[in-house]
Formats: sequence, C-alpha cells, structure tokens
Amino acid sequence: MPNATGKIIGVNGNLISVEVEGNVALNEVGYAVVGAQRLKSEVIRIRGNRAEMQVFESTRSIGIGDRVEFTGELLTVELGPGLLSRVFDGLQNPLPEVAEQHGFFLPRGVYMAPLDRTLKWQFAPAVAPGDTVRAADTLGTVPEGIFQHCIMVPFHMRGSYQVVSIAAPGEYTVDTPIAELKDAAGELHQVTMVFEWPVKRPITHFAQRLRPTEQMVTKVRIIDTFLPVALGGTYCIPGPFGAGKTVLQQVTSRNADVDIVIIAAVGERAGEVVETLREFPKLTDPRTGRSLMERTIIICNTSSMPVAAREASVYTAVTIAEYYRQMGLHILLLADSTSRWAQAMREMSGRLEEIPGEEAFPAYLESVVASFYERAGLVELNNSKKGSITIGGTVSPAGGNFEEPVTQATLKVVGAFHGLSRDRANARRYPAIDPLDSWSKYKGCNDPQRTEYARDIIFKGNEISQMMKVVGEEGTSISDYITYQKAEFLDRVYLQQDSFHPIDAAVSVERQRHVFELLFSILSAELKLENQEEARDFFNTMRQYFLDYNVAEWQSEQFKQLEDRIRTLLKSKQIGIDPVAKELVASTD
Amino acid sequence: MRKVYSRIEAIAGNVITVTARGARYDELALVNSAHGQSLAQVIRLDQDKVSLQVFSGARGISTGDEVRFLGHSMQVSFSENLLGRIFDGSGQPRDNGPSLEENLIEVGGPAVNPARRIIPRNMIRTGIPMIDVFNTLVESQKLPIFSVSGEPYNELLARIALQAEVDLIILGGIGLKYDDYLYFKDTLEEGGALSHCIFFVHTASDPTVEALMVPDISLAVAEQFALQGKRVLVLLSDMTNFADALKEIAVTMEQVPSNRGYPGDLYSQLASRYEKAVDFEGAGSITILSVTTMPGDDVTHPIPDNTGYITEGQFYLRNGRIEPFGSLSRLKQLVNSRTRKDHRAIMDAMITLYAAYLESQEKRSMGFRMTDWDNKLLKYGGLFEEKMLDLSVNIPLEEALDLGWEILAACFTPAETGLRSELIAEFWPAREAVS
Repeated sequence: MPNATGKIIGVNGNLISVEVEGNVALNEVGYAVVGAQRLKSEVIRIRGNRAEMQVFESTRSIGIGDRVEFTGELLTVELGPGLLSRVFDGLQNPLPEVAEQHGFFLPRGVYMAPLDRTLKWQFAPAVAPGDTVRAADTLGTVPEGIFQHCIMVPFHMRGSYQVVSIAAPGEYTVDTPIAELKDAAGELHQVTMVFEWPVKRPITHFAQRLRPTEQMVTKVRIIDTFLPVALGGTYCIPGPFGAGKTVLQQVTSRNADVDIVIIAAVGERAGEVVETLREFPKLTDPRTGRSLMERTIIICNTSSMPVAAREASVYTAVTIAEYYRQMGLHILLLADSTSRWAQAMREMSGRLEEIPGEEAFPAYLESVVASFYERAGLVELNNSKKGSITIGGTVSPAGGNFEEPVTQATLKVVGAFHGLSRDRANARRYPAIDPLDSWSKYKGCNDPQRTEYARDIIFKGNEISQMMKVVGEEGTSISDYITYQKAEFLDRVYLQQDSFHPIDAAVSVERQRHVFELLFSILSAELKLENQEEARDFFNTMRQYFLDYNVAEWQSEQFKQLEDRIRTLLKSKQIGIDPVAKELVASTD
Repeated sequence: MRKVYSRIEAIAGNVITVTARGARYDELALVNSAHGQSLAQVIRLDQDKVSLQVFSGARGISTGDEVRFLGHSMQVSFSENLLGRIFDGSGQPRDNGPSLEENLIEVGGPAVNPARRIIPRNMIRTGIPMIDVFNTLVESQKLPIFSVSGEPYNELLARIALQAEVDLIILGGIGLKYDDYLYFKDTLEEGGALSHCIFFVHTASDPTVEALMVPDISLAVAEQFALQGKRVLVLLSDMTNFADALKEIAVTMEQVPSNRGYPGDLYSQLASRYEKAVDFEGAGSITILSVTTMPGDDVTHPIPDNTGYITEGQFYLRNGRIEPFGSLSRLKQLVNSRTRKDHRAIMDAMITLYAAYLESQEKRSMGFRMTDWDNKLLKYGGLFEEKMLDLSVNIPLEEALDLGWEILAACFTPAETGLRSELIAEFWPAREAVS
C-alpha cells in the first residue's frame, strides 16, 4: 500500500491542517514540503479526510496547497551502540554534527542520522546457530565506553526465532547484518546492530516489575538522609524560578550513583545545557575514573527551539533509557522541566480548539503525566538480571504555586516530593528543599528512627520560631530556645550544602552516616546552657566548627582533628541525653 | 508581479482577513488605505482566507482597501550605517535620516545550536556593588529588571549602559513613554555613547502591533553584529508591553487564553526572544537587559512569572534600590570564583546577616527587648544599606569586597559571621582599620 499524501489547507502557528488522500494513522509522521525543505510533522488529529499535524519546525512561509508526504511510520528513535555521551535534540538529531555542517544556527528541515554509520564496533557473539531467541534477547555484545552494550533481537519482532547464522567476532558498522533469524513460518530475517522503536510506546520486554527498595544515592545530604529516592523510583522537584531546581539537577546528574544518566533539557535555557555539555567531558566519574560524559546522554530541546519537538523530547529520552535498561543497567532520567512539556501540550490543545481544562491545560494532562512517570521502575529482565529507570522531573509551577495542575498531576504519581521554597532560596539556604513540606516514600541511608528524631527537631524548631515572633526571645523558655537553636544548627550544617565547594558538593553515604551520628549526638544532648545568650554563643561556635568540618577531606588528619574539637566542645556543656533518644539508641544498637 | 487584493472581508481589532491565493505563513503585505500605507503580517491561513495583523493598526482601514503581498517575511537592513541611528518599530527612521534598504537580513531567524554555545566567562563590570558583588552581570546573560511602575528602572538601565564595558548598545523601546525615550537619548548623548548605539523605539503613542516587532528587529541586528565579533548589549524596555500586545492579538484571533487572558504560548514567545542572548564561539556576544514592570507588584503575574523561568536571574528594583532578596544572577557562579576568593563567601554571609537584621528590625518594631545580638545586627543593617545597597554607590568590585569585610568587622566577631576560618584569617581587617 503506498503511503498517503496530502495538501495543506490551513496554517495556525505550528499546526497545519492537511487534506489527506489515502490512509493515515494517529501519530504518523509526515513531511511538509516547502520549496526545497521537508519539515517533519506528526498527525495529532484526524477528522474525515482532514488531518491536523504539529510541525516540529518553524512554519514560516508554508503556503496553502503545499504538499505533505506521509511515511506510514510513527515517530521513532534509533536504538543501537553509540548513543552514550552524545547530544541530541528532541527528534534525535545529533546537535554537534549539525553544528559541524551548518554552523551557529539550527537550520530548518535538516535531519541527520543519530548513530555514526562509519564507526566500527568490536562484536562478540553470545548465541550460536540453532539457538532459539525472542525479542530483546542478547545476540552479542560490543564494548561501548565502560559498558558491554548488548546487541538485542529488535523489540518489534514477535514470537520466537531460530538463529540461522551469527557474525564471527570482529569489527562491524551498525548497519552490517550480524545475524540471520528464522521465524516459525520459516521466513528469514536479517538483523543489524540498530533498529527503531516508536517513542510513545513503552518497552515492556521484561519478566516482571519489582518494587523499588534499594536507595539511589545522590550525595546530597538532605535527599539521601531525609528525602531519599529509590533506584527505579520517581521523584519531582517543583519550585518557583530562582529556587535552584536546575543546579540541584546538575549536581544530581554529576554525583548520582547509577550507570547512565540521561538529561532531558525540555524547553529550558540553552545556557544550562551548555554548562553540562562543556563541563562533563572534563569531569571524572568517581565510580569509573573515566570522563563523566561517557555515562551521559543529553536530549536537549531548549526553549527557543520548536515547541512540538519539545513534546517529543521527553519520549525520546525515556525510550533511550528503556533501551539501556534492557541491558541490565541502572538509568537516571532527569527531565527539566516537565512543565514546559505540559505547556507544549497546552499550546497544541489550544490550537486544536479542544475544550480546555484547568488553566487551559488539556483534560488528558494527568493521564499523560502519569503514563510518563510509569515508564520508570525496577524490572527483572528475561535473563533474570535487574535493570531500572529512575525518573526525576522538575516542575515549574506558575507563580510558584503548587496548587496548579502540572504539580498536582505529578504529585499523584511520584514516590518522593522535593518541594523547593522561595523563602529558603531568598535566605540562600541551598539546596532550597523545604524540609517541612517535602516527603518521600522510600527508605534512606540512615536509621529511620534517628532520622525521624532529627526531622522532629526541625518541626519543633519551626513551631518555636513562629512562636518567638509573637512572644519574643525573652518570652521563650531556655529549653525551647535550645531546641530552636538545634533546629537552626541542623539546618545550617546538614540540610544546607554548598553545591560549588569541591568537597561539600558530594558527600558519600559513608560520610553521611558518620556525620549524621555525630550530629545526632549533638541534637539528642541535654545541654547545660544558662541563658539565651550562652546558648546562641555555643551554637554559633559549634556551627563554625561543623562548617569547617564539612569541608575537610573525608578521614584526613584535619577531619579527625576538627571532629575532636566538636566532641570536646559538646562534652564541655553536655549533662545528659534526651530520654527519648536514649531509648531509641538502646533499641537500635 | 504579485497580485493585489482589493477586498478585505473582515476587520477586527488590528487583524484583517482577505481572500487570497499563494500567501505564505509569516509573509508581509502592504495595506494601502486612505490614511497611508502600513505593513501587515500573515498570522493565520485557513483555506483561502488569510488573516494579517496590521502594524499601524486597523483603525480607518476600509473593506475596499488594497492589500499587496510582498513575498518575504520581516526584514531589516544591516550595516555599520545603523550606528547612531534611531528607528521605529517597523524599522523606519524616526530621526529624519535616510531610510536604509541595503543588505536586508531576516528577522526572527532560527535558534542557535546549543552545541555551538560556550559557557559564559566574562563578567561585565558596572561599578554598582549590588550588581558586581551580589548579582554579578555576565556577558551573554539575559536578565530582567522586575519593577513596579514609577521606579527608576530606565535610569538604572541607562546607567548600566553607560558604565558597562561593551562594544555596542541596542535599545529596543517597547511602549516607551516619549519622555523616557528622550531621557535615554539625552543621557547616552551626554555620556558620549550615542555613536555606538542603535535605537529601535516604539513609543506608547505608536500602534500596538508595531511593539511586537521591536525585540525581533533589535535582536536580529544584534545577532549580526555579534557574529562580526562585537560584544552587544541589548536593552529592552518594557517587555510587559510586548506581552500585552501578544495578548491583544491572541484575543482578537479567538485563541483559548491560558492564564489571565494571556495566550498559552507566552512562555515560548518570550523565550524565543530572550534565548537570542548568546556567546558565540570565536565571535562576539549578546547580553540582554530588559525591564518587566510587574502589574500590581505581583511577581506571580504571568508576565514576570514566565520571564523569571526564562531568564538567568532577575533584579528586583524596589524603593529605588536593587532588593538583596529575590534578586539573583544565575550565572554569577561562573565568574565570581575567579574574581577574588572571598567573593562568594562575602556575598553569602552579608545576605544571610542582612536577612537576620530584617528579623531583628521586625522584632524591634513589635516592641521586643533587643539583645546584644539584635543590636549588632541593627548596626550592621544600617551600614549595609548605606554603603552597599544604595544605588548611587559607584566603586569597583575589589573595593566593594574590602568594604564588605570592614562592615562585618565593625559589627561582629569573626565567629558570628559564619565565614570559614581560612578566609577570616586572610581577610579579616586588623582592629585599627575598623574604628
């Protein structure tokens, strides 16, 4: 059946209306032909012989009567070795390669192959002729950076196949056939190292989904200790502008303890992507000693790039994540910001003149957001290996108000909520995650009861500080005042962390446990402090000591000295241990 | 020869609709009416119905007026001859100079490939401590001044323009009051800067649609100069008028409004302008300073809200000074590690203490007893406001940092400042200097 063609009969922003001859599918890709340029578009609504398409490019100078050529295929990504350390736009065009050919600007209608066609990969077969394989089974491996990249039976091949031939170990390009498979009907299929998969369909070639239990370490104290994220879990970071969402994402992308990080820059500033782009190749991954870029993929559709491609970019990112998960790897997908993605949906919905929901977002917003986050998870693969995708999405709520539709739709489906607060950001308390409002359903790196004890002090401290605003310091009892100072102290030396300091920026779990124990002994101490003045001085000094301690090299001589200094100071004023804490320690030790 | 259409079918707001063949999206047309000629731009195609927004407004246009399509989208002349000249929102001279027609370039061209951007690395010194020390301006940054009407934002903009170290200044005036336009012109003339300035000015009395073109024209010209290696500073005042013009057209076109009547693509529209700020590898740069007046001093209003998410920080201008809270330069980390090693620490410590000062001040106004600590903070707050916060202070960064240490030393003991010990050892002023 030949692919359909069409004729443009309307243009409204990035939406075109097309009169179609032949059959078209929803989400089918077509090209609008404008002069010598072919502009990629996707069908988003069909009514009779009229299709509405979103154009992934600027629609400037499109005219009535221009031709549209349909491809018969959905929007897909190319999967194969050579995706790591690359930078793509939302449609998987490799941006550095586009720049090489076209200079500073992104020309319209230019599409390039995502994978390098000339590069040869060292292939090692993993099956023998006669073996039976199914979709997503490994045929062989090629080394890609620090990983053994599995060459799998393309996911769209249904049923089981018999291996007829398999390439000998050696170097091949991605397009070289490396295996011949015979299906039940006896038909032969040639398989190369690369295949395509539609972005909007989740890859579900695994045995079962498991409950995420293991922690994903981010090396940010407030997250790992108080608001942990699990491997295969989901979390969101809503926050007003200027609260440090992006810095937090960048720090996480550097330090997170996972195999691969995929950064989806969705409708955000180009400058932020550039920082990652230029810095990562220079940074070393502490886990492997190799460049951080080798474990990173950037999908970048910044705010000035066409809106429709922005919508595609989150799907491109998550599909690539699923592909690598199939190899038994742990992947972290950071989407910044999902609000821009939702806005792209809103723009299209408006142009389609759909009945608007709250704040003009489409009625299907919640289900779309939910199905995106549901693509995260820890799975047991068919070969009983485990792989996971953790999704962390930022949300940019209008006016910093968390009641808005995107934040609410997201909160329903995530396992942890790291809400950023403008007040904390204004007071330069970074990371500005609000310890009172935020929550996590996952298990952290420290003893939960002690964490809860510390968290309780933050709550009490906050209450006392509210009260102090009314009754003043003189009206506050000394014990309340000490609790307040403890809360402030905990906030300053543990919750706050300097993302730009070489040592403080990333704190290992080992160190977090150690420091938290010390901190706990201070928080649970009964102190002999006569009056407010004395209490403030004590905690000022303690804070000073602790800040120096935080930036000292882990287990260095200096670190130990500073710790001694803290213990000595504590001992000079300690008269006992809070009975609640004592009981807690007794029950856990 | 392009066809002339002499039947306008609908006129609503500033949008006219004609039945025409062969028109292309974004194309320009000339509308000839009894009141003169005006440019118009295609904003929607539906079968053979073509909707155009008319730059000089649709008022007075008759259904029998002529529409002639030009076959190209918005263009502007680009050459050195632009320097020192003043144009209106559609690129026509407003200074009685000759009209420029040579070397036309496309307006609103494609986005810059992120892979070709570089990390901003040069600080732009302004001599204003609240900017240099606390919210450092960086080359290729895009930064709005959030302000309420009546604040001296144009004065601040003009002062930064005069003192900033750049090669070229382009002023895009959007709905600028005529007085303010003259103020800019006079100030830059007196400062001897007019010869490296280009003005594209749409004043409050000009037709609304023209306002939409100003950012695009200014940035298209800036881009060409930047590609030639020039460091360009683009001043846009006031972007709220731009957003309001967008809203006006959207409402006329019966688009579904998203928030307070603004179109759903407000974010994308603003972003495609602000994102023109760039540092080209091996060429020049564009830095954008804009003004966004906040209706009702409400930062959650859609315009400042969307702007804040796009730009790299913001300056809040309130009571004639740049607010220490909320004001932020997101790029400052990229440069302030290389200015002086105490820069970041001083910046953070002084702001944290200033926040504590405000709390003490509140306590005092509620009649609570002031502790020693409160008194120290009150003394500090006074000094900080007088010597740092005041916009009339004009000193280089290094002097401002020294001044910061002196203010701290005059009020606190080292441990009270929360600064790291190594910095205190190096920078804490000797006792004598304090008094």
